[in-house]
Amino acid sequence: MNNDKKIFGIAATFKTPDEIINAAKKVSSSGFTEFDVNTPYPVHGMDKAMKIKPSKLGFVTLVMGLSGASIALLFMYWTMSVDYPMVIGGKPFFALPAFIPVTFELTVLLATVSTVIAMIALFFRLPDNKHPLHDTDYMKSVSADKYGIVIESTDSKFDEKSVTDFLKNLNPLKIEIIYYPPEDSYPIFQPKFIIFLIVVAVLVSGGTYITLNKLLYTVPYNFMMDQDKLNPQKPSELFADGRGMRTPVEGTVARGFMPYPYTGQTNPPEVLANPYLPTKENLELGKSKFLTYCSPCHGNFADGDSRLRGQFPNPPTLHSTRARDFSDGMIYHIITNGQNVMPSYASQITREERWAVVNYIRVLQRAKNASDSDLIEMKKETGSNVTN
Amino acid sequence: MNIDYSQEAPTVAGRLTLAQIEELVARPMATKPDKKFFIAISISSAFLLIGAICLGYTFYYGVGMWGNNQPVGWGFGIVNFVFWVGIGHAGTLISAILFLLRQKWRTGIARFAEAMTIFAVMCAGIFPIIHTGRPWLAGYLVPYPNQHGLWVNFISPLVWDVFAVSTYFTVSFVFWYVGLIPDFATMRDRTVSKFKKTIYSMFSLGWRHSNRHWTHYEKSYILLAGFATPLVLSVHTIVSFDFAVSILPGWHTTIFPPYFVAGAIFSGFAMVVTVLLFVRKIFNLEHIITLNHLEKMNKVILLTGMMVGYSYAMEFFIAWYSGVPAETFVFINRAFGPYAWAYWIMVSCNVIIPQFFWFRKIRRSIPAMFVIVILVNVGMWFERFVIVVTSLSRDFLPSSWAYFKPTIFDLGILLGSFGLFFTLVILFTKSLPVVSISEVKASADGAQPTHHGGAYNE
Ligand code: HEC
Repeated sequence: MNNDKKIFGIAATFKTPDEIINAAKKVSSSGFTEFDVNTPYPVHGMDKAMKIKPSKLGFVTLVMGLSGASIALLFMYWTMSVDYPMVIGGKPFFALPAFIPVTFELTVLLATVSTVIAMIALFFRLPDNKHPLHDTDYMKSVSADKYGIVIESTDSKFDEKSVTDFLKNLNPLKIEIIYYPPEDSYPIFQPKFIIFLIVVAVLVSGGTYITLNKLLYTVPYNFMMDQDKLNPQKPSELFADGRGMRTPVEGTVARGFMPYPYTGQTNPPEVLANPYLPTKENLELGKSKFLTYCSPCHGNFADGDSRLRGQFPNPPTLHSTRARDFSDGMIYHIITNGQNVMPSYASQITREERWAVVNYIRVLQRAKNASDSDLIEMKKETGSNVTN
Repeated sequence: MNIDYSQEAPTVAGRLTLAQIEELVARPMATKPDKKFFIAISISSAFLLIGAICLGYTFYYGVGMWGNNQPVGWGFGIVNFVFWVGIGHAGTLISAILFLLRQKWRTGIARFAEAMTIFAVMCAGIFPIIHTGRPWLAGYLVPYPNQHGLWVNFISPLVWDVFAVSTYFTVSFVFWYVGLIPDFATMRDRTVSKFKKTIYSMFSLGWRHSNRHWTHYEKSYILLAGFATPLVLSVHTIVSFDFAVSILPGWHTTIFPPYFVAGAIFSGFAMVVTVLLFVRKIFNLEHIITLNHLEKMNKVILLTGMMVGYSYAMEFFIAWYSGVPAETFVFINRAFGPYAWAYWIMVSCNVIIPQFFWFRKIRRSIPAMFVIVILVNVGMWFERFVIVVTSLSRDFLPSSWAYFKPTIFDLGILLGSFGLFFTLVILFTKSLPVVSISEVKASADGAQPTHHGGAYNE
């Protein structure tokens, strides 16, 4: 026998399930712990004979199933009720009955998939195609129709001679000594492997690039973009002026249109007076319009600190003395008419909304330049008794 | 090997030894494909090709190539989807529910039925995606953070469908694979070809038939079966919600979930029997897939067929009993309107024909059951056609009524889905064990120790 090889264990094969149960009982009751029984299918009663504790796999299923349920519910709660609430079919934002199907599916998905992954990776420690038992006659016979038992050399009671004798006493078909296979080493940084990695990387990134940036702009994927219809910014053969964009017929006035007599003037038209009181609703409206139309340039608090800074003629702060001294009518005029590079917002913001924006700018200006007396006033109103 | 062919084996693998079982199951994988195989696969892949061409046209020119019209916006696409998902249900039922019910006879057919589930769900999955017309945008169905800040609508049955069908596919696949692991190991240790061995080793993950592993393995099987059972019921329930949650007369009924599930099992079993009839003949598996198996499945077909018939009757009853004129109209229109021909094909194939299975002779006669199960398949396809098309074609507004006529592309794609299904089935029979080797071995005579029942006879 080849003595420079390390023994993994000693295996015995049997012909009937009765014999293997008997053998397993004998081996486990003689105090061996590092042994295993290999059979082509699960043999009933083997757990008891081998003294194996019941499987704890169910805990993985339980924990992961519960997490699946909570992840699904929390996610749907967050998307449908918090992040982007939308009324659908008159249901509440948190429509529990309608969330049940997805919750159930995710519970099942997470529970089953993680049970199987945990079983294979943690409980079995597979994949393991290098195990010493592989490619032995022993493995071939227990894979087919024999029943085998191996006592491993890691067992504290292991001794080649006594274990062989012990197994012989059980009347096996065959006894086999199993050795560790010679160590193979697979250096990761083989040139072939590296070339393979590079090829994969190039193919994946190139494929993604071509798909997303080229392929999806070819026929037929672009049919939706290239339709036979008028586009505002595209030319059109249909009209004499060759433009897709149409201007109103001469002499007509759009609904709700009010002529603005001061267009193009730079002198403040002081005749414009603010017709709206800064009520709560009015300020809310102004705030929302300000945040939509003005904040991209002037910043959320009109400090002139938006991210456009440096990319566009710097939009000024609206807290300068100059801006604070503007009359309401002047700010209204700037919104309606524009000022130098700032364009007119007359087409986007209605008259009422423009005044609301003016009122809101006044609030911002007041807040940014508050005096001590304002603070005292405010504390009185809110009932705060903090003094400092 | 000498097996007595003059007599049917009484139970699974009757008097076969373990080695014989293995030999029987593994033979198709070890031998070169014969002429029959090539004829079969060329027919099925020709169908597949026809489907692919029709799909190509559809992708290029859009769903306008189909017969869909106003108001029948859900034509063959949804009919085929529901049909194929239904076919899949038998597999899970056999592998999971019968497992939990400790029905030993399932071992012979479970693997095959599971494979059919997977293939059927693959066929089904194609249809919702292609019927949108722009299948490359299907990724929008997945909730992912996008630049619109929008999420999918979790309250929509169509999104439930996405979750149900994809979960169903994944879980069936995992279940199937777990069952295959020990068989891959057996194949690995059997084969002499080095190439095959590498592949089997890879998929067997180095399984060693260790009893320390079998303990967990058996546990996992119970757990998976326990989850697959409610899952399979949920899937067709959710598919039925696509209809039942709407307000269209003929769809808006609470009977739909149980009715769909019964119909799914009915059609699925019919399909399993259809395919098994061929497989057991071609691969000489008569001793593992016995007449008893077929008879038991025929009984299930009889039972579920009557459940389906009951549902048809109940729909009519409720239409009358509810007193809702729109509802009453839809059902009278179904039975006597322009689609009466489809309705009566459905009723005769699904309700009347299976009644022949009351006779034991017919249940056990291969030609008779072949004809019946084929008709059941036809009938169940028409059931979905009747539900989808008749309800849509005449809804509340008579001025928009229209008759739906499929085009050649609709039919081509339907044919293509059958081509895909049978191509996959045929490839499966040649590349993987069609019967679970380890399970059949475990339930063969004498495979278990004497003090555990199974008397050892040798
Ligand atoms: C495209 C970016 C941009 C947007 C959007 C914008 N502005 Fe301006 N705004 C400017 C610039 C740039 C100036 C300075 C113009 C100049 O050079 O006189 C300016 C000037 C002003 C002034 C005069 C300040 C001063 O000191 O002369 C006011 C008032 C003003 N904007 C208000 C608004 C309001 C209200 C809105 C929202 C309706 C708004 N702006 C939206 C860019 C913008």
